[in-house]
Amino acid sequence: MSSVALVAELRERIQQIQSPDLDLRTLPTHPALAELLPGGALRVGATYSVESSLTLLMLLLSAPSAAGSWCGVVGIPEFGIEAAAGFGIALDRLVLVPSPGDQWLAATGALADALNVIVVKPPKQASDSSVSRLSARLRKRSATLIVLGSWPQSEAMLSLTESSWSGIGHGHGHLASREVTVTVTSRFNSRPRSAKVAL
Amino acid sequence: MAKPKTLKRHAAEVTGAAPERVMVVHCPDWPVLAAIRLHGMKQDAPVAIIETGRVYSTSASAREEGVQRGLKLREAQARCPELIVQSRRAEEEARSFEPVLVGLEEFVPNIQVLRPGTCAMKVRGPASYYGGEEEAALWLLDRLDELGVSSARIGIADGVFTAEIAARMRRPGRIHLIAQGASAGFLAPLAIEALEDDKLAVLLKRLGIRSLGAFAQMDPDAVRDRLGEDGARLQRLAGGLDSRMIQARTPPTDLARSIEFEPAIDRVDQVAFGVRSLADDFIAGLIAQKLVCTALLVELESDRAEVSSRAWLHPRSFSASDVVDRIRWQLQGSANEPSLNAGVVAVRLDAESVDSIGNHEQGLFGTGPEERVHHSLSRLQGMLGRTAVLTAAIGGGRGPADRCTLVPWGERTLHDREPNQPWPGSLPQPAPATVFNPPRPVNVFSGEGVEIVLDDRGFISDSPAMVSAGGRNIAVSTWAGPWTTEERWWDAKSASRSSRLQIVDTAGTGWLLAIEHGRWWIEARYD
Repeated sequence: MSSVALVAELRERIQQIQSPDLDLRTLPTHPALAELLPGGALRVGATYSVESSLTLLMLLLSAPSAAGSWCGVVGIPEFGIEAAAGFGIALDRLVLVPSPGDQWLAATGALADALNVIVVKPPKQASDSSVSRLSARLRKRSATLIVLGSWPQSEAMLSLTESSWSGIGHGHGHLASREVTVTVTSRFNSRPRSAKVAL
Repeated sequence: MAKPKTLKRHAAEVTGAAPERVMVVHCPDWPVLAAIRLHGMKQDAPVAIIETGRVYSTSASAREEGVQRGLKLREAQARCPELIVQSRRAEEEARSFEPVLVGLEEFVPNIQVLRPGTCAMKVRGPASYYGGEEEAALWLLDRLDELGVSSARIGIADGVFTAEIAARMRRPGRIHLIAQGASAGFLAPLAIEALEDDKLAVLLKRLGIRSLGAFAQMDPDAVRDRLGEDGARLQRLAGGLDSRMIQARTPPTDLARSIEFEPAIDRVDQVAFGVRSLADDFIAGLIAQKLVCTALLVELESDRAEVSSRAWLHPRSFSASDVVDRIRWQLQGSANEPSLNAGVVAVRLDAESVDSIGNHEQGLFGTGPEERVHHSLSRLQGMLGRTAVLTAAIGGGRGPADRCTLVPWGERTLHDREPNQPWPGSLPQPAPATVFNPPRPVNVFSGEGVEIVLDDRGFISDSPAMVSAGGRNIAVSTWAGPWTTEERWWDAKSASRSSRLQIVDTAGTGWLLAIEHGRWWIEARYD
């Protein structure tokens, strides 16, 4: 057996062991992102992380929210409401907890009881035990967590690797449209996948 | 079968018996009186109530200065510079008429409100009780004086229309009695405008008919052919044959509830426990009336005689536990609403606005996820505080931070700035994903490292090349602007003049910069 095949087989076994009861239900996902994500969609009960871009975060939220899911945003006071509405996020099903302070984990857990998708920006590294407690709660309540920043047990890490604007010049025009390259790194894929998305 | 029914009703009106004797109480300039009562102004202050830019009602002192109904606001202010201008608030007029009505109902039952400030009642009962129509009117005038409406006038005539005209007529004496059967003669010399139908008045005047009497003498069938049922009804009014019956109002039951604590309670959880049954009773009272409460007024009184009063809005309707939560939040206070500093001696609940329970009934199987969301979020509010859990709506304004309205969960959205206005000068789409509120200070430099400034005409001194924010440098690749907006220049306190600039850095991230009073800020990021 070649080493590549061996690594692939080992990965598969690790995956089976790590997520024995992971929900196989999925959330509606933006088509451009669906093909990049492991499993082809956002999974219920899983955790994803987004590197730093709120635009990418809104793109992830847009499809579930438009399909009727409730979304919560914890610890992001600068979340742009108008942009969110522009991406098709239903504002009447959006709950914001901009400054939860030290209670961000508790707030995230409480939101997981009722909402479908929760976004959190951790102010500091969470301890392993609290991370696994939150993961268990998410699985039990069938909620999906999206973390802005890094997270130990994330399914995939999404980032904007390239971005180019059109409509703006040197002293004329205005920001009009944008083409970005989204890259997804996942512990289940050996190579990062990327795709161009027009916004 | 709606049409035959209306025809039948009109037929009943035509053949109806002689109009019954009616007494109309009219308080002249009620909108002004209501404003004076509500805002505690001086009785003889020159006040004008404005509706859609024109004077709707004036006080006597303003009228002496020449301020009339229908005048443009600017003209009215020119005629009377010390004029106090209030915009018209119909619900305040109605609300402040309520105590007057309750006071009158102690003397005469079954009152019909024609409009705030004017009400009608049958005269037969009071007349036989007080010994005559005029005596009954005198009793009512005494009562009205006690209620502080000393300008009220009373008209007694056949039918509501005639009685109202009699009451409104400006003449010496506060009681205007038109004897039975004399209505037609009383109305005959009046101008056709008294019918308050502008189109009909214009038409009749062109036909040479200028008085109610002339209109009443026309052939009823010809009037019906030419002007339809509505015209025929107005002709009967002009002839003093108003056969409308008094439709008495049902006095509203008191929904307010209160509880007193003796001795005073100074712990929030004890108060919350103590008001539990009060809240249940309040909600039960509403349900008995087939109502739900959508806006709640909570008044708390402390043993130092401080009163904290606040209205709470609910996106749907209040349940008993919601009411207890609001009382608790009001006790805890927040940054801009101080809490009570002493023990609570009394809690009073009142419904500010109510709605029919039919509009708020839950589905047979509950409302499922929404109900669960509400419970969890209310619990989270208990944990983090009321203002920590928010919902958002797009507001009106030009800056990205202005366009975001955040409302605590469980309250209704109230916009400071109207979102549906066009807001010329606001930024084109797409909106920035990251909005810094408050904005962050930065420095903007040209290629030569010179700080960029804005001149008086809104031009920047050079092309921006480098933005430095908190020790971090952003190299500008492309940029656009500046766009200057000058907001609220007419008000020195809230006036602002700022210019916005969009830049794209070398990594492809867009930034929104603004310069105000010579200082640059980062307002938002298109990340």
